[in-house]
Formats: sequence, structure tokens, C-alpha cells
Amino acid sequence: MADSDVRFVEIEKLLSCVHCGLCLPSCPTYLELGTEADSPRGRILLMRALEEGRLRPTPEVTRHLDSCLGCRACETACPSGVPYGSLIEAARPFVEEHRPPVARFLRWLLDSVLTQPTVRNVATAPLRLLAGKPWTARFARATSLSLLGYAAALPEWRGVTPLPPVIEPDRELRGTAVLLTGCVAHSSFPQTTVSIARLLARAGVRVLIPPDQGCCGALSLHLGNDTRSRDLALRLSRHVSEDEADWYVTTAAGCGAHLREYGTLLPNDSGAANIGAKARDPLDLLAELGLPAPQRPLKAKIAMHDPCHLLHGQGVKNAPRELLRQIPGAELVELAEAEICCGSAGTYNLTEPGTAGRLLTRKLADIRASGADIIAAANPGCLLQIRSGAILQNMPVQIAHPIDLLARAHGLGD
Amino acid sequence: MLPPGFAQRMRGLVGTDGVVDRPESLLVYECDGYTLERAAPEAVVLPRTPAEVAQVIRALWKDGVPFVPRGAGTGLSGGTLPVEAPVMVCTSRLQKIESIDIANRRVVAQAGVVNLWVSRAVKDAGLHFAPDPSSQNACTIGGNVAENSGGPHTLKYGVTTNHVLGLELVLPTGEVVQLGGPVEDRPGYDLTGLVVGSEGTLGLVTRATLRLTRVPESYRTFLAVFDSVADASEAVSGIIASGIIPAALEMMDGLILRAVEDAFHAGLPVDAGAVLLIELDGPEAGLPSQSEEVRELCKAQGAVEVRTARDDAERTLLWKARKRAFGAVGRLAPNYCTQDGVVPRTQVPEILRRISATAEKHSLRIGNVFHAGDGNIHPIILFDERNAGEVERVLAAGTEILEACVALGGSVTGEHGIGVEKIAQMPLLFSPEDLHAMATLRSVFDPQRRANPHKLLPDSKVCVEARAPRRQAAM
Repeated sequence: MADSDVRFVEIEKLLSCVHCGLCLPSCPTYLELGTEADSPRGRILLMRALEEGRLRPTPEVTRHLDSCLGCRACETACPSGVPYGSLIEAARPFVEEHRPPVARFLRWLLDSVLTQPTVRNVATAPLRLLAGKPWTARFARATSLSLLGYAAALPEWRGVTPLPPVIEPDRELRGTAVLLTGCVAHSSFPQTTVSIARLLARAGVRVLIPPDQGCCGALSLHLGNDTRSRDLALRLSRHVSEDEADWYVTTAAGCGAHLREYGTLLPNDSGAANIGAKARDPLDLLAELGLPAPQRPLKAKIAMHDPCHLLHGQGVKNAPRELLRQIPGAELVELAEAEICCGSAGTYNLTEPGTAGRLLTRKLADIRASGADIIAAANPGCLLQIRSGAILQNMPVQIAHPIDLLARAHGLGD
Repeated sequence: MLPPGFAQRMRGLVGTDGVVDRPESLLVYECDGYTLERAAPEAVVLPRTPAEVAQVIRALWKDGVPFVPRGAGTGLSGGTLPVEAPVMVCTSRLQKIESIDIANRRVVAQAGVVNLWVSRAVKDAGLHFAPDPSSQNACTIGGNVAENSGGPHTLKYGVTTNHVLGLELVLPTGEVVQLGGPVEDRPGYDLTGLVVGSEGTLGLVTRATLRLTRVPESYRTFLAVFDSVADASEAVSGIIASGIIPAALEMMDGLILRAVEDAFHAGLPVDAGAVLLIELDGPEAGLPSQSEEVRELCKAQGAVEVRTARDDAERTLLWKARKRAFGAVGRLAPNYCTQDGVVPRTQVPEILRRISATAEKHSLRIGNVFHAGDGNIHPIILFDERNAGEVERVLAAGTEILEACVALGGSVTGEHGIGVEKIAQMPLLFSPEDLHAMATLRSVFDPQRRANPHKLLPDSKVCVEARAPRRQAAM
């Protein structure tokens, strides 16, 4: 291979790993499996061998790269500053090309359904009948079917209330935010979008909600479809980029982390650069702007589960805790291993159900030990994953988005 | 070559996902934290319980297959490099802390438990496990026992062997023996002490009973800034001579400082020649006067500035910067080799001079971050393995530094162990009779040399090989 040929990533980026191993226990799959090839350090060696052409993307190699959740906890642990997230994301499309056709097609199908609102709405229509119904939960427990668990974990379908294109702030204007509503988070948890819009308005934010938004492309990249991911990002940035916007916010931490990469992903698009620079987690923003003291009490022990793409992807840890602590009657407890992935990880729970299930079991054990009444998870994927597990195991614990808990405490929810 | 049906038999013992034998997946086991030499095993076995470890090793004994143990693979002397040991037995699934006895201040932990997990588990009781190697958030108890690991705080608290009360050891035959026990200072030979630091050459440790230590009431953490490494070294001697025993006394030179600051933004002075990280701990009552004394001593040796960590957050940040310094070096070069040697404290300035001369001679960059208080040096040699000839120069420089340590009255390792890396230097420290005596002792446990062969003690075979730059290395 000529020196200039790059298979999927520049070798220098892979060489920034010095093989110290400090990342190992931060990696959820290594913790569970104990195998080096399922650790960040091991995967970097595999990627290096792939890039150098010493290994081919055999099913065995692919298996270890697929087992990566993309949680980026290793980046928090790494002393050498290895950009692991971008390495694995570069490797995924390369591996995708070498996958057997059937598996490739299924992943393409999943990607197509999730990332295109129209297709998604048609394909998931039957789910609406099952969503959030008590009998779905009972049926899920009786059959131990995790897919039914997910259906039961969705909120009951009450249609999506269309949001006005502009929501004016309740008090003195502090800035303008564009709220993203094109994704699966919004179609699954529309109420949370309404909640954040109202909370932002309460904090003095003018909220813009451009109609007909699309997916941000995070899920496509996760599934190794970099072409679609870029197309979606380009479309979104053309559609929602606003000169007057100070922030771009989404209720999905995974999307929030992805938006921050827009500048790198689409270096020649000024709209994308604008979004990348201004992407902001809404809880982090609310904590900075401040809210009036919430009035409605919530007598409960609340534990935060740190979504990977909030903590490791965006470095947000204290903001949601600070906000929840202000709720009268709320007692915050810490979850052991709050920073360890719950197994949701985008579409991981669908593509890697085995490992996802083990991580969920681990998370549920930590939740039980914490004695918490409510688990606050600031990402729809985590919410669904943990709630479905709690339903299947019949645990008396409530799983909620901190945004919804806050909205209720501020008298802004249902 | 492994005997026919080997993997199948092992799967019967440890489960289908407990054996790794595909070449792609074995590749990642070709080295640990010591990356200069590489060789992949033919199979990796991952038992889930101490009992399974014994079954696996018994089966290996019957098959006549030597094995190499591995924990998290954070070791820095190649202790887990397979040299004529085709099977690796990995303890990463032995993650249980089996019992916690707060009143008697001890825990029983399985070999694969991460060092820091022990301290975390007993934190609320105001206790901790004192040995704190820089890799403590990843390295395992089994590895700590094998290497007799130290860390910054060993200056006051001692190394792993001072904190291990008892061990469960699987002998190379598969027989399980209990050494030591929960009671302190038992009569008879100190077999626990013998096994701690034996680098896996006497068998595989599956469980350890560990002593817990009280978390000190108070800390004072200082960052003393110096223009030169020489001034900082003199300050170290001054502090030790004064009779104060700091909990830790660490030095970082300018090269390391810049890499660390780049990584952690701990507010380190990037234009300094060297800094000392000094920690005092103990009852609050004694600390103010000792702190004053330390400040004065540093100033007397030309400290430009002595900062005190204002709160726990700042202290944590300083320690994070220090403990992760090795990894931060990854920002300076694609590869590095951390040396580990010891000199008498009074010789710290001299050895640093010699290290700098060695760097110049071989045209290499060498940074220093180390436990100055106990004379345990850690020169970090930077290199790029893709540059032809550089690896050889790194090896040569490392050898020279270690020879200098011995010449100054020190030793070739403080805490990283001998592994394969320093086997050739053992004769610098020990006479042939000494080495023969050690080999005889080893034979009591492992007459066939099945447990981690060709490590720690030079045998005729490895002596020859070690002169070659790389043992079966596939770089």
C-alpha cells in the first residue's frame, strides 16, 4: 500500500494510543466480557491492523468493532487524548462494506426507518397501539420479549401536538434557541419536546421550531452509513441554520453530541459550522441561565443516570443534578456506575441484544441498590432501555427524562 | 502447538465464550503496557471463578502446556509476554470483592478486581487500600501482587507486600494452597511475602486478603516550582534529611510538565525546569507546622514558588495530572518506554545528570516523572517504532540507565518488575550463586517451569535471547 492511501483513518490518529490500558475498566463491554478485543485498547489495535492491511475485516474482527457501544467513556479515561469516538466512527463504514449482504441490508433498513420521519411514522404505526399500555407490560413480562418491553416503555400514543414555529419567552429575553424536532426522540417522546420548549421560554429563551425538520444523522453514522449521515446533516443544516440563533438544542443527548461534530463532519458548509459551534445541551443551558424556584414538590429519591453522550460526549454532569436538586422534596442519590452505559447506545440494543441485555441487567442491579424512586435519564434511548428493563423485571421505579420532571415541578407539564 | 482438542476441553471448563483462539482476536494480546516486544499467545482462557482457574491449570498441567498469567495488561516490564508459553490465563473475569470486614480492616478480593475498586468499596467507612500505582484505576489486585506494585504514597505507606495478609495460590499442578491468612504475623516462613513480587512464576494468585488503612484525617498538597531539576533534587534531599516523612514526594521535569498540562489543564507551570508534588497527611494538628517547614526547605533550595492546593478538587486534579502523566506522554510521541530504576536518594541529582547525558548520546528525548522521595526514577524514553534503528537505541539507552543505577548503589527496578525487559540486568544485581538459589526456590513451587516461564530469573536460554534486541518480537 502506498503511504498516501488511507483505508479509513490516518494511521497517526491510531498511534496516539500508547497502550497503557487505563481505559479498560471505563469500557462497559470490557467490564462485562473481560476480553481485550472488546476493550478500547484492543479495538484500536484491531483498527490499526485493518488500516495497515495486516488484518481483513473478517466476521471475527467485525464482531469486536460492532460490540463497541460508541459511548466514549474511554475518552474521558484516556490520558493521551485519543479521539476514540472519531476512530470507531471512521471504521464503521469501512467494516460495513465488508459485511454479508443480508446483514448489510437489515442494517440499511433499520437506518432508513429510523432516520426518515415519513417512513418512520408509517413503519412504527402498529407500535402506537401497544405503546405504554398496561396490558403490553403484562404481556411483555409473560413472554419476556424485550421488543414488547420497549413498546410498553413508550409513552401512550396521544398524537404529536404541533408546536408553533416561534415560542416567545416568559420573561426578559436572554437569547434564541433552535429546538430540534425531526428525530425519533420527538416522535417517541413528544411531551419532552413540549416540556423543554416551555422551560426554555420560562428561562427567557425565544424558541424557534422550524417545521419539517429531519434527522441529524447520528444514527446513520452509528450504523456505518456515512453517506446518508452526511446527507442528513447537510439537509438539516440548510433547513434549520438561523443567523439569529444563539443555541441549537435537542432532548436527545446522542444527537446533541453529534451536532457538536457538524463542523468537522461538513467542513465546507457554513451552516453546519454554525450549528456545530452553537450546539448546547438544554439542561446545561437551563442551569446556566437559571430558572425561578420550582413550586411543585416532588417527594422522591432521584438518581441521575448519566447518558454517555451527555457525560462523555458533551462533558455535562452537574447541570441536571443542580436543576433537580432545586425541586422541593427531591432528594438526590448517586447511582453506582452512573457513568456506565445502560446498553441502549443508539441502535445497539437492537443490533447487539446480548451485550445490551447484560449491561441493562447491571444497570438495574445498581438502580435497585441505590434505593431510588425515580431514575432521571436525559436521553430517550436510555429512557426506553432502562424503563423496558424495569417493566420486564416489574421494578417499582419510575424512569423519567429530567426535563419532564423539571417541567412538572415548574407547573409546565401535564 | 497445542494438543488436539485443547480449545474444546477448555470451553468445557470455562464456557464457550471463555476461550479466545482466533488469530484476529489473539493479536490484541501480543503485548501489555510494555510494547517494545510483542508475541501473541495461541489461546487465551478466561475463567470466571477461582475454582475454574484451578481446573484450567490442572488441565494445562496434564497436557504439559506452560502458561502466562495476565490481569489488565497494564504492566510495564512485559511480565505477560508469552515466551514459550502458548496459553494465557486471564483473570479479567474474577471481579468479585468477596468479603469486606470493616471492623478488622480487611477485604478478600479476587485477582481481577481493579485496585481502585477496593478503596471505593470501603470509602464510606473511612478506609482505603494504600498501594496506589499510577494505573490504579485499571490495574488488578492479581497484578499488584505479582509485581509487588508501589505508587506515589509508598514513601510513607509501603508497597503491596505490606498490605497483603494472605493469598490463595494455584500451583502449576492445579493444586490450590492458602498462604498466610487473616491473622497478622503468623509464625513460620513468610510464604505470602515470597509470592508477592514473584511475577507469576510460582503459580497463579486467585484471591488476596488485603489490609485496609485509614484515610488520613487531613492533607496538605504542595506544588513546588523550580528552575532546574538539580534544585528540585536538592530540595528532596533537604526534606528527607529534615526528618519529615511526606506521604508522597514526586518530581516531574519540564518535558513531562508540558505534556501533562496539555492533557489536564491543571495549571502547571509549563516553563518550569521541574516541579515537586509534595503531600503531607495525618492528624490536622501536626500539619501546619510541618507545612511551614516544607515551604521553607523548598525556598532554601531555590523554589521559585510553592503553591498549596486550596481544596480537595485541586488536590485531586494535581494527582490526576501526576498519575496519568505516562499516558499524557502519548501526546509527545507515538511510543514510549518507561524505565524504572532505584538509586539512593542522595544520588538522585547524579542519576538525572547521567540520564540527560544518555539522551544526548543516543539522540533521544527522555522525560522524568518519578517518586523522588524514595529514589525510584522513571525516565520515559520517547520514540517512534516506525523509525528504523530507534528501537535499538531505546533499548541501549534503557540498559545504560539501569547500569548507572546499579553503579550508584541502586537497583534495576523499583516497582515495575523484571518481566522480560530486565532479565539481562539481573546478573548486575545478583551473583550466579544468588540466582541459582532463587531458581532452586522456584523449583519447589514449579519444578517444570510451567508458570510464566522465562520471566524474572535469567535461565541459560533467555540470557542468550535477551542480548538480541527482541525476543520473537513481531513489531
